[in-house]
Amino acid sequence: MAYSLTLLAAGTIFLITAVIFYELYAQSVLPRHKFGWHFLVTQTWDPVAGQFGALPFIYGTVVTSMVAMLIAVPQGIGSAIFLSELAPPRISDALTFMIELLAAVPSVLYGLIGFYVLVPILQADLVPVLRGSLGFLPIFQGAFYGVSYFSAGVVLSIMIVPFIISVSREVLMAVPREQREAALALGSTRWQTTWRVVLPFAFKGIMGSIFLALARALGETMAVTMVVGNTPQIKASLLAPGYSIAAVIANEFTEAVGDLYKSSLIELGLVLFTVTFLINGLARLLILATRRGTAA
Amino acid sequence: MRKILALVSILFAIGVSVSTAAVLINGAGATFPNPMYSKWFFEYNKLHPDVQINYQSLGSGAGIQQVTEGTVDFGATDGPMNDDQIKAFRDKRGAGVLHFPTVLGGVVPSYNLPGVTGELNFTPEALAGIFLGKITKWNDPELAKANPGVKLPTSDLLVVHRSDGSGTTYVWVDFLCKVSPEWKKGPGLGTAINWPVGLGGKGNDGVSGLIKQTPYSIGYVELIYAVQNKLPYGKVRNSSGSFVKADLASVTAAANGAAQNMPDDFRVSITNGPGKDVYPIASFTWLLIPEKIQDAGKKKIITDFLTWMLNDGQNLTEALTYAKLPKAVVAKELKAISKIQ
Repeated sequence: MAYSLTLLAAGTIFLITAVIFYELYAQSVLPRHKFGWHFLVTQTWDPVAGQFGALPFIYGTVVTSMVAMLIAVPQGIGSAIFLSELAPPRISDALTFMIELLAAVPSVLYGLIGFYVLVPILQADLVPVLRGSLGFLPIFQGAFYGVSYFSAGVVLSIMIVPFIISVSREVLMAVPREQREAALALGSTRWQTTWRVVLPFAFKGIMGSIFLALARALGETMAVTMVVGNTPQIKASLLAPGYSIAAVIANEFTEAVGDLYKSSLIELGLVLFTVTFLINGLARLLILATRRGTAA
Repeated sequence: MRKILALVSILFAIGVSVSTAAVLINGAGATFPNPMYSKWFFEYNKLHPDVQINYQSLGSGAGIQQVTEGTVDFGATDGPMNDDQIKAFRDKRGAGVLHFPTVLGGVVPSYNLPGVTGELNFTPEALAGIFLGKITKWNDPELAKANPGVKLPTSDLLVVHRSDGSGTTYVWVDFLCKVSPEWKKGPGLGTAINWPVGLGGKGNDGVSGLIKQTPYSIGYVELIYAVQNKLPYGKVRNSSGSFVKADLASVTAAANGAAQNMPDDFRVSITNGPGKDVYPIASFTWLLIPEKIQDAGKKKIITDFLTWMLNDGQNLTEALTYAKLPKAVVAKELKAISKIQ
């Protein structure tokens, strides 16, 4: 009885994913036949002329998510370690509560705060400092108008950090005391215990939280569209305005008149679905490969 | 427990009785006239408590789509349906669709120029050049010659446009198509454009937010939004050669010019119209009503609402900074209501 009920529960997840994929695939027949694989490598997005290409959006989605992950992962894991290993229990509980509140803030609000608070701060203070020290790098060149891949990445990192922290903290706290005590008994320092014993033990759980955060970053819509600049272009500089798949779908779907236009947006959805799938899959394979090297 | 059950069933019965008495009419479409429509439906409901008209401002494209599919009773759009869309409607629903202009709006060039007070004058060539990416600096000769007394900065221009598909965009590019053959051949006419340059803001509020926050930027917004956000906006030169600032009078003048030659289906573009006091970037916004309405009750309410809107409703527009329809257009529309079967 328990077996069939839980099987049913798990089965519906599989079913929902399959239905979503099927619908996205079926509804995007028109542009797939018209553009084929060119859809993925064309840069033009011209609704008036009926020319649609996904490349700038794929680029923007991947870049903003990568920036977000680069900021959020060290910060998240570091905070989780602090909260689970080093902080007094009272502070740990209070901070965890606040972090869970952060996770509950709606994405539109993050977009508003990003646009009205973060972007001016970036323009006035942070980016000049960044350019002063790292301005020779191509990723920090070019005019900065406040809205950019970088701003979107920063806002996204704030949004995904709570996921990493809360799950990682739980996982780290679940590491058995015996492991820690054994390491300390063998003469390791606090840091060595954490880095070499506790973290590897909790590795799988932490990776799970990172994937969750990545999935959220890839799909995040409202916060990104308010700070990314909504310009379908590919630029090497992180300070240039860009676009992302979720943002363009949110912006253009309601007014998309005409089957080709609408179906192209749906095909973009299919691309996002597939990109998320692929990144997840590749990352897991990478981990599998490295773990085999350091057989746990 | 029994008491709770009794209470719940009484409330349910009341709820059911109230809801079955009211007639619900659904509409969807343009965001530009949303404040006006909200006010109208509210006032109409006060006069007819058993009628509830529900309007979702999802965008002109969604309005056209939904009314064609039949998921809503009426649609609303800032850009009239083109011939293909009307044919699609006829194919799908068996009868035609009627356009009824409701109010007028204007789209203005708004900018953020630190250190420059007073209004700027924009020629149509300047606006086309800016949005095509040809004019990149504020002190470009095209801008300077229209603004002789003003010291324009040497900074780069930053263009802001809409990222979402919109009727406001449609009106703006309709004007650009008329005054710039290069624009017409290039980006063209539509609610969503492949913009040569510029940042995209979501909604009129996104665009005005970007303009406010970014010095040396220029974009286009609905007149009402510029007024409410206290954004500086410039004058535009009309086809008679005068630089006109957008306001209720100049927008109404634009419609008056069109009223003479109003086609029977009311689908007309009034951008770049003739006349000395006419604001050149103005537009009607339309309600889309199916020619044939099956439900007799709904048909009566819709025709009654249209009559009310064209008479009493027009008196409520100016308080919300929407220009009212010219009398000639109102008269023509009242006659057209009889086309609804």
